[in-house]
Amino acid sequence: MAYSEKVMDHFANPRNVGEIADASGIGEVGNSKCGDIMKMYIKVEGNVITDCKFKTFGCGAAIATSSMATELIKGKTIEDALKLTNKAVMEALDGLPPVKVHCSVLAEQAIKAALSDFYRRQGIDPEPIVGKIEECDHDHGCSCTDC
Amino acid sequence: MRKIYADNAATTSLHPQVLEEMMPYLTTVYGNPSSLYQTGAVAKKAVENSREKIAQLIGAKSANEIYFTSGGSEADNWAIKGMCRALKKKGKNHIITSKFEHHAVLHTCKALEKEGFEVTYLDVYENGIVKVEDVKAAIKDTTALVTIMYANNEIGTIQPIPEIGKLCRENKVIFHTDAVQAMGNVYINVEEQNIDMLSLTGHKFHGPKGCGALYCRRGVRPDVLIDGGAQERSRRAGTENVAGIVGLAKALEITLDTMEKRNARLTKMRDRLIDGLLKIERSRLNGDRTHRLPGNVNMCFEGIEGESLLLKLDMAGISASSGSACTSGDLDPSHVLLSIGLPHEIAHGSMRLSFSDDNTEEDIDYILEQVPPIVDYLRMMSPLWEKIKEEERNG
Repeated sequence: MAYSEKVMDHFANPRNVGEIADASGIGEVGNSKCGDIMKMYIKVEGNVITDCKFKTFGCGAAIATSSMATELIKGKTIEDALKLTNKAVMEALDGLPPVKVHCSVLAEQAIKAALSDFYRRQGIDPEPIVGKIEECDHDHGCSCTDC
Repeated sequence: MRKIYADNAATTSLHPQVLEEMMPYLTTVYGNPSSLYQTGAVAKKAVENSREKIAQLIGAKSANEIYFTSGGSEADNWAIKGMCRALKKKGKNHIITSKFEHHAVLHTCKALEKEGFEVTYLDVYENGIVKVEDVKAAIKDTTALVTIMYANNEIGTIQPIPEIGKLCRENKVIFHTDAVQAMGNVYINVEEQNIDMLSLTGHKFHGPKGCGALYCRRGVRPDVLIDGGAQERSRRAGTENVAGIVGLAKALEITLDTMEKRNARLTKMRDRLIDGLLKIERSRLNGDRTHRLPGNVNMCFEGIEGESLLLKLDMAGISASSGSACTSGDLDPSHVLLSIGLPHEIAHGSMRLSFSDDNTEEDIDYILEQVPPIVDYLRMMSPLWEKIKEEERNG
């Protein structure tokens, strides 16, 4: 399994790591049992996401997809951010190994979770707008170097 | 940048003297050992000399007890499948193994379960060591085979093999051990230690990849796994990997000649590294500290994930491995770390460093300098670490 140069770049130099003290929305997806947790912070001004930061516990792909997802929605309108797909995150990273595709799904879900929180804070039910936040569905399988 | 190879449990460098010994069989002496003419006979002699050498080195009575294979996985498959299938005809259908065997053993046992075998997977407890009394309690009239690894590949814990061997002998049960990780690091003598079958492979001790051996005590006859020609006294077909076999024997000779000196040096390096890494907050050593391969360090750091740690180490020039994923490609934490009772979230944050003659004290200095800031950095961006610290504050 090898990562693309873009994935390695975003892993080695992740963009937008951290927290936003006065965030408009915070979303967290994944769980420690599966080995990935992503936490996204967004700052919304008017209709635009002016800032986005993340913290991630996970593999190289989890960190890189988080970083790329923040880049893709920063400066965008909420409507555009809602359209972000895991496929777009993957394409922007020049692809992911098949076993790591779930990381891009998690990154999309993390953005959606932050947007849901943003709506909820305003008393708006996010589900009709953002949709359901899905839990990870890993494909578990192993190959080993100790043979 | 400094480059440190610290994954000798995955594979080792080829010893220059081993390569030298192999060279003629990779170049001029290319004859098939089964052929009648001169160059074939020379190759055949090289194979038989190697067999004799290996038999002596592991304490076997006769060279005829050594069978060459493609490596450890084949030796494990053959020993377990072959022996169990042979003994099934005598009404034996029970296998005893441990929960943290290599997949070459575990998946073989799983395959045999589908053929109707019953398998007992013994606990390895928090220290990663099988209890002899558990083996004793599990043996029954239908037990065909006990298979316990000599030393664990991930956490390096050494099992009480001579004691299990004695127990099996007393109970007339065939005993196989996967000695792939232990060979060259631990004193092994199949006669003294009552081992009936033993798997080994060359690339773990500076031999070539793709060549291993199965020891089968005289009279222990597993069913044939690889059907075909009459090689290996009609027990294992396939043209011999002559250069590999020559390299395997030479590597084993060198590694056993140098074992005592190496073990003293590596144990000291290992212990210094463990002590240094344990200074990192919320870190732990996996597996027993003393009954442990001299070159094995396996640690967990809470709040971070193994693969990202390995990638960071790689960027710092350190080649390590993560128990958390065997390699990258697996999303479940290691079955070995789960077997010693680690919760999933901690098992995900593991790192294995394994050393050989190629490593130096300076390597340990460099690793001790590099690891703590990497762990700090990954924790700084980890929401799991944030939760751990929050729980700490709230008592």
